[in-house]
Parts: sequence; C-alpha cells; structure tokens
Amino acid sequence: MNKKKYERILLSHGGGGKETSELVGGIIFNGLYGRNDRKGDSYDLHKRRNDGNSAVNISGQKIKLLEDAAVLKSPQNIAFTTDSFTVSPIFFKGGDIGKLSVAGTVNDLSVMGARPLFLSLGLIIEEGFASEDLRKIIESISEEADKTGVRVVTGDTKVVPAGKADGIFINTSGIGDVLYENISVYNIADGDVIVVSGNVGDHGAAVMSQREGIEMDVEIESDCASLWDMINAVLGGGITVSAIRDATRGGLAAVLNEWAMAAGVDIYVEEGKIPVSGPVRGFCELLGFEPYQLACEGRAVFAVKPECAKKALDILKSHPFGKNARVIGVVGNNNDINNNSPDLKGKVILKGIYGVNRLLDYPSGELLPRIC
Amino acid sequence: MELYSDFKRKDDISRLASIIGSEVKKPVNIMEICGGHTHSIMKYGLNTLLKDKINFLHGPGCPVCVMPLKRIDEAVEIADSPDVILSAYGDMMRVPGTDSSLIKERAKGKDIRMIYSPLDIIKIAEDKNNSGKKIVFFAIGFETTAPMTAALLEEVISRRINNVFIHVNHVLVPPPINAILDSGDNLIDGFICPGHVSVMTGSGIYADIPLKYKKAAVIAGFEPYDILSGVLLIIKQINEGRPAVEIAYKRAVKEGGNKKAQDLVNKYFTVRDEFEWRGFGNIPKSGLKLKDEFKNFDAEYVFEDKLKELHLKAESYQTGKENAVCKCGEILRGKSKPDDCPLFGKACNPENPVGACMVSFEGACAAYYKYRNF
Repeated sequence: MNKKKYERILLSHGGGGKETSELVGGIIFNGLYGRNDRKGDSYDLHKRRNDGNSAVNISGQKIKLLEDAAVLKSPQNIAFTTDSFTVSPIFFKGGDIGKLSVAGTVNDLSVMGARPLFLSLGLIIEEGFASEDLRKIIESISEEADKTGVRVVTGDTKVVPAGKADGIFINTSGIGDVLYENISVYNIADGDVIVVSGNVGDHGAAVMSQREGIEMDVEIESDCASLWDMINAVLGGGITVSAIRDATRGGLAAVLNEWAMAAGVDIYVEEGKIPVSGPVRGFCELLGFEPYQLACEGRAVFAVKPECAKKALDILKSHPFGKNARVIGVVGNNNDINNNSPDLKGKVILKGIYGVNRLLDYPSGELLPRIC
Repeated sequence: MELYSDFKRKDDISRLASIIGSEVKKPVNIMEICGGHTHSIMKYGLNTLLKDKINFLHGPGCPVCVMPLKRIDEAVEIADSPDVILSAYGDMMRVPGTDSSLIKERAKGKDIRMIYSPLDIIKIAEDKNNSGKKIVFFAIGFETTAPMTAALLEEVISRRINNVFIHVNHVLVPPPINAILDSGDNLIDGFICPGHVSVMTGSGIYADIPLKYKKAAVIAGFEPYDILSGVLLIIKQINEGRPAVEIAYKRAVKEGGNKKAQDLVNKYFTVRDEFEWRGFGNIPKSGLKLKDEFKNFDAEYVFEDKLKELHLKAESYQTGKENAVCKCGEILRGKSKPDDCPLFGKACNPENPVGACMVSFEGACAAYYKYRNF
C-alpha cells in the first residue's frame, strides 16, 4: 500500500474494491506472511496470482490466499474458541491490541490443554485510523503468533465510519490440537491446590493508569503473554491438573468464583500469599481497587492435585513467565473456619492476614476510582 | 516508612488488638465518620477482630452517599445540553438521581467525563475541540477536596478561561456530627475523626465533640495500625474520663492544618445557610457555595433558568424522594447497620443500588456487601 497516498484508513478500504485489496495485501498479508516469504516489501496479490503463486506455507501446510475459507488438515480432537478485543489505549506499556488478540486466544486454547494451531483475524477499523498504527498492530500479531507457532489462516477486514468504533476492534478465533484430555472446571474437587503463575493485576493497572493519565513512580507494565509454552511444560511434566484458566477480565476473583460456582465447591485463598507487585498494590490503594479484581493477560490459575503442587510450582518457577508463581489456596474447608460462617458452597473465601475471613466476590459494575 | 506494609504488620495489629481487648471495660460504641475508615475496617476485618469489644457505627462521611437526589438531578439536567461538557469524579458517575445517573446519561451520548483532579478541567477547557462548549465541574467532597476546587477556580481566573463553571456540592464535617449528637438518642461513646479532612482543617473543627458533648474524638489515618491506634486512644480517654481531641495520625495531620489550603477555600467559598443531606434533610451551615463576586463561575447561577424549570417539574411530579424502605438515613446517623435493612443484598446491591450507602464504594452498605467477613 502506498504509504504517502494512504496515511489513514479510509472507508473505501473496506469497500471490497481495489483499496481493500491494497490494504489486505499491503499491510495485512505483508505483515503476517511477508517475513516468512521474503518476496520484498510489496505483497502484490494481483502479481502473485498472475505468477501462479497464491499459496503460502503455513505450519507445513500450503494455504491458498484469497479463498473464501482456509482448508486445513485438522487433528483428531480440536479445541475451538473465539474472543473479541477492545482496549484503550491501543498501544500500552507491555503490548498492544494486536499482541493481546493473539495471546488471549492462544491462552484460551492452552488452558484447555490444546496446542494452538490456527487463528482467524477479524478487524473492524474506524475510518481515519493511522495506517502506520495498523501496520504496527499487524506486526505485533505476527510476532506474537511466531512465539507459539500459531498461524493466521483466515480473516476479514471492515472499515466503519468515523465515530462508530474506538480506533480498532479485533476478533480472533482459534483452533488447537487437544494434546491433554480431560482438563475441566468440573474436575475441581476438595483438596485441590490453587496455584497462580505470577503477580496479579498488572495488565488492568497498566492499561488503566495509562488511559487515565495517572502517573506512578514506577510505570506498570502489562503482563500480556502467550502461555502455551509454560502450560505445556506443566502438563508435559506429569502434573495432574484438574483445571486451568487464564485470569483475564475480572482477574483472579472472577476465575475463582467461576470455578467455585461451576464445580460447587468452596475455595479458600490466603490473602498474604497472593503475589501482587508493589506498584500495582500502590495503584490499588490509591484508587480503592482490589488487585484480585484487575485483569491479567499473561497469568494462569491452576487447580492441581495436592501431591503435584510442589512439582507444579517448581516447573512454573523455572519458566520465564512463571517466576513469581505461588500456591495461594486450597479447595474445600480446612476446618479452621468457625461454625457461624454463612453457607460457603460455591463461594471464594479470602483468609485475611489478621485471621479474619471474608468473601472474595466477583467484581461488579464499571471500575470507578474513588475521590478521597 | 513503607506505607503499604509497615502499617499493616500482623504482629503489630495482633498486639494492638490484644491491648485494646484488655483495656475495654464494657463494649464501646465508636463512630468512624469517614467512609475511607469504614472501608478499611471492613476490608481488614477490624470489626470482627474486635468483636464484643468495639461496636463500630458508620457515620455520614462519604460525600457521594450524602448527596441528595436533587443535586444529582441538577447535574443530569445541566448535562442535557449539546454545548455542555459535564465532568465529575469517578464515584459520582453511578449515583442514581430520580430517573437517571451520569453514567446512564453518558451511555445516551451526553458528554460526561470522569476526572481525577479538578485541574484536568483546565486541559478540557484549553482543548481546541472544546471551544464554544461550557465545561461544568460537578464538585463534591468534604473539606478535603474543597481546596482543590478552589485551586481550579484560581487557575481558571488566572488563565482568563471563561467557559468553566462549577456546580458546588462541597459539604462540611462538623454540622452533621453536631446534628447526630444533638438528636440525643445516640449511643456513641467516641469518634474516629477523618484523616484527610484533618490534614486540611487541622484538629480545631472537632472541639465541640469533647467540650460540648463530652465525647472522645481522635483523628486517625487509614491503615489498620492507624485505626487501631485511634481506637486505643479513645478507650484511654473513656477510661480516664477526659474527653479530648487527639491526633493519632501525626505523620500527616498538624493541629493548625494546611493554612494555604484554608486560605484558598476562604478566598472563593462562603458557607450556605443550609444544605440538604441524604438521610438528614436540611442541615444549617453545612455546605459551601461560591462567593457572590465569583457567581459568573457558579453553575447554579449560570444555569439558573434550566434548574428552576427542573425544580418546578420536581414539585409537580414528586420526584427527588427516597425509597421509603431504604435505611440509609438511619445508617448514616449510626442508628442502624446495613444488615438491618430489608433491602440490603437483595433489592439493593452494587449493580443496582437503591440507597446512597450502596452507591459509593466507600458507603457502609457497599463495604458490608463487598467484605462480608466472618
């Protein structure tokens, strides 16, 4: 795509005509496959078609570009998931919406024990969006996909009039090869140990502090990361895992509550053991948030059998994304809760540092900072 | 000192709790005035830790909670104008007025912005895209935030900005405390006085509590250690029969307060004859307004006609009235606790707050809902 001619995305880029073809070829295909193909800067689809060279090599399979659907050789048991991404700011410390849209879907497959293979990429772009920003986003999609070896095999681009979207929205769906069967929230049972792979709340605090211009002494960085490699190490290490989940929106609190409710168990977490970085703790104190309710984008929560807990922790700690992994709690009452307590089945109980217990609820409503 | 850990140490907290336990002769009723204290007490389970010794009553010190429906309706009305940008603090956004809230109005497309500091308004005003707009600041808060609003006005005047207007809802701590104590039927033995307010005002504003009403008054910070230190001082005053104003938060509060902040407030604000408080009704001399000489910056003056219409309509439709079952009024006066309200946790919850105390994060009902401890 001619850089000077199109500094910004125009409505006509979504019109299905020549400009669409230039956008898809020039920015998207070039960004996604150009680096593998090494055919030069321009990814001229018309030329490629004329040259009879319309297929790209993706994960060992020849996939033809510009078909209505990608034809894939599928493994026996596939995991299939989808997620949409909107974030403000689009570029934040530690990542951007492109990285997020790959890592998010990769992680959703990974926590089900599936090796991520293929992604779809749906872009909804607001008219006037800077082409250079789109180029950067596609580049980070490509980079993040490389880390796991997952490939974008199909996609769609729409442009909507200015004011109808917040810059760019991305949807990715993903297909994974289920390498580890029977990982399910319904397996969670009394005695399981809860392990978290690192500090919680980093992404939520990073994005919010940048969006709202809250200056901190130490800039908080998003934890956004693709977790297949780390999760594969745990599962491949012979750990008996009941369930895994990535703690995204709603943070650790949402994951644990969903588990408690779905499996019909009570989960006990020790507040003093949950890893939270100093800057995130400070950010939360300042604005009245709980770090357990802020989003993470590169943290996994595991429910593992008690005999495997130590080994799981060792494996996690030896992985770059799991250095701060901690055992934070257990499933089921460990008998030190008094009898006056309310019915706790399906609930998450936070054991405070002073020995007082309280419920850790789902976050609710928009997170609004307090005034004083 | 490391703020996030040193004032939370388990050993210190256990030691203080056991000293308090041994000093208390009979259960003591302590009202913490500030919502920030209520929140800390519930978050760290201090009420459970001191169960049977200290009965914490939750006072009227959450500025969002005490804002009457009428004032929120006014903000909604002012925002309903294409040339207005209404700005407010985050926790004001969700508070329901009679028919709507700022967050709902924002969803309808009104230009309503959440700000962190009043000085953000200067940025909005100086943004070229906003020329020709009226930027209205819905200013709330106690003595803590009033100086920030005054600083905004000072900056607006010095930069000759002529399209910023302030809807002043600043209120004062002592008048509702006096109202509670004057009502006679209260159980309160002593007060934990707000930390941040006192940073600005100093300790003098609480003088009536020991002198006129013979109750203990201790200014405390917001960390668990601060609060328990405050409680211990109150117990000692009670045991020794010497009610006084004491500061348990000396690292932040000076007796005379912040003179510069007080001067700023006195320069721009004057005390209203009366101001309506949710749960109390009108309290004399309890709110601030801009001095007459600054009325051109006063949204209540600039939007007078629009607001008059609203008030007429409200009279004929009986809007601006509270839910009859809601116990927020009693809770704010320390006569009930959130658990006593039939709506609590059922019809009234953080997603759909009925009463004021559930709306703000710092409100007593919101704190009870969030930190149900046992």
